[in-house]
Amino acid sequence: MSTVATLKIRRGSHGEPARWQSFEVPFEEGQSVLDGLRWLRINKDPTLAMRFSCINANACKECMIQLDGETVYACTARLEPREMTLTPLPNKTLIRDLVTEIAPPSERFK
Amino acid sequence: MHEPLAIETDVLVIGSGAAGMYAAIEASRGGARVFLIDRSLIGRGGATVMAQMTVAAALGEEVPDAPRHHYDDTIAAGRGLCDEALAQLLCEEAPACIRELDAWGVGWARKDNHITATTAPGHDRPRCVYVDFINTGPAVSKTLRTVMARNKDIRKAGDICIVDLVACSDGEIAGAVGWHVGSGAAVVIAAKATVLATGGLTRLYRRNSASLNMGGDGYALALRAGASLIDMEFVQFFPIGHLAPRLVGMDPIMWDPFRYKLGGRLLNGRMEEFTSRYGSDEDGKYVLPRDLATYAIFKEVEAGRGSPHGGAYLSFEHCSAAALRAAFGPVIDRLAANAIDLTRMPVEVAPIAHYHMGGVIADAQMQTELPGLFAAGEVVGGANGANRLSGNAITEALVFGRRAGRSAAARAKALARKDLRPQGARAALDVVSDGHGSGLNTAAMIARLQAVLADDVGPFRTAAKLSRAATEIAALAEELGDHPPRLAGATDAGFDLQRLEWFDLRNMLVVARAVTHSALARTESRGAHQREDHPQMLPGWRRHQRVRLAAGGLQLSGAPAEVLV
Repeated sequence: MSTVATLKIRRGSHGEPARWQSFEVPFEEGQSVLDGLRWLRINKDPTLAMRFSCINANACKECMIQLDGETVYACTARLEPREMTLTPLPNKTLIRDLVTEIAPPSERFK
Repeated sequence: MHEPLAIETDVLVIGSGAAGMYAAIEASRGGARVFLIDRSLIGRGGATVMAQMTVAAALGEEVPDAPRHHYDDTIAAGRGLCDEALAQLLCEEAPACIRELDAWGVGWARKDNHITATTAPGHDRPRCVYVDFINTGPAVSKTLRTVMARNKDIRKAGDICIVDLVACSDGEIAGAVGWHVGSGAAVVIAAKATVLATGGLTRLYRRNSASLNMGGDGYALALRAGASLIDMEFVQFFPIGHLAPRLVGMDPIMWDPFRYKLGGRLLNGRMEEFTSRYGSDEDGKYVLPRDLATYAIFKEVEAGRGSPHGGAYLSFEHCSAAALRAAFGPVIDRLAANAIDLTRMPVEVAPIAHYHMGGVIADAQMQTELPGLFAAGEVVGGANGANRLSGNAITEALVFGRRAGRSAAARAKALARKDLRPQGARAALDVVSDGHGSGLNTAAMIARLQAVLADDVGPFRTAAKLSRAATEIAALAEELGDHPPRLAGATDAGFDLQRLEWFDLRNMLVVARAVTHSALARTESRGAHQREDHPQMLPGWRRHQRVRLAAGGLQLSGAPAEVLV
């Protein structure tokens, strides 16, 4: 059995053509996709943009992304030892990489 | 660079946990126009949304109670160091805030038609209200957000990173300079009154129970603006943070409510009860104070009697499935999704950074040492002394937030005709507009800083460990430098997380220094500050240490002899 998860991530900011980048991260049973993304930023690429706040509690609801085309919270979606495709939410304005504008209009800077 | 965006308001509130949101609501009721900002999204970051259960207030609905009893327990827990005026305010105004939230529909748990309360460790009677099922923080946060949504005088903006407070020509605080993380744009906010409501510093530690934006921003902003902090050595560790097996979708302090309702047994790696070795029998009840429980678990692990992942076991195996379901409903399903069946297995727990007792000096009007600057919530130092009583954190957020909002609105009204212009914005704007490609791995630097604090500035300290930490913190500051990175080749500057982390580290490192040097200077053990090389609590140390920035260094005072570090 593979001991790595491969995160295939859509990179780029609003208005840029999409770039796809794949990263291998260590797989451990029970970990979340967010665990993998945090490991990736520390160990491979700190420029990856993602939004998260409460880390593990599923309280802030900031880490919404798409995993293989389904909307998930990265903190509760499980990491799996296979290729996992991560993309920003398709129905929100893209800011950069996995970050979209998810705040309600009245709570945004304008 | 583009001209910075200029915003003018009566009251600027920095931080949108319970303290900041209550301050915004109260300032608006006082007639002020309010601008509420957060480094994260409004009402989603911070500690409030993470609160699991208890909020202490002497409502006296189920058993007779009065604020003076709550006050006595708060003072006793604080080990001789509580600021009495702040503790008194906290206890006296708690019931009114709890009732106002009740009227706003927060949904406090009820029995027999009145608000029900539980007895948390350190309280002499049932005094802690909550929202089931372990939904207190999200419910408080959502309620305050809903109240704000009805109010057109409160403008809100998330994703704003504040770089520095700014003063006007007479030295009074007149707003802040920052940048919008979503676009990279610089922002200058002119305000007649500013409220710091940025919470604590738990992000300095590897294992912690709070959100990503709890990196001590408010302490750093206050220090750089010239204010003093007190009691920075007192970091509270929550003894039974979840350790193993891996559990996603739950806050690591979730076992606290389980213990309130079901007791539970704390066992060492040999499945023996052990707290009696450290002077307190549990007998299936949850009575052990936080500092003592942290000590007991730490010592068992040190003696080779820890659980496999280096903590203790917590067992609810004596509880029936029906009892667990009745007490925690849907939470039991979330545990099952993590392959945890409490009727058949214990979980592993270990101490985790949870709360900071120290902070910005403020009086009972929440006025800091700097005119124009107020503080509210966890960022305020002193109310909880050397050890916070369970249940006082959300309470102080509500009470201090409300009071700070009122004071800020009063100042704004008094200065209505004054044209306040931030004069000191240039230096901060220079930092905001600075930027270059950088090889700095900011994410790794944060992880390194967290390791230093966890390993050497944890609950049990020695001069050797603290000195080593001070050296490593200084090296990290050297590495960070004075110039923030900027993504190379980006077509726009939106959500440059590496750049945001540089600004986070700029704050975290100065706060880490303040904690470490305060801990090094306090040569005794008291509450959350335990020195293995100075194990006694000494009467001569019943005093606060203050720290401020002066002449490029941290100046510490209050110790028997003044020291410059």
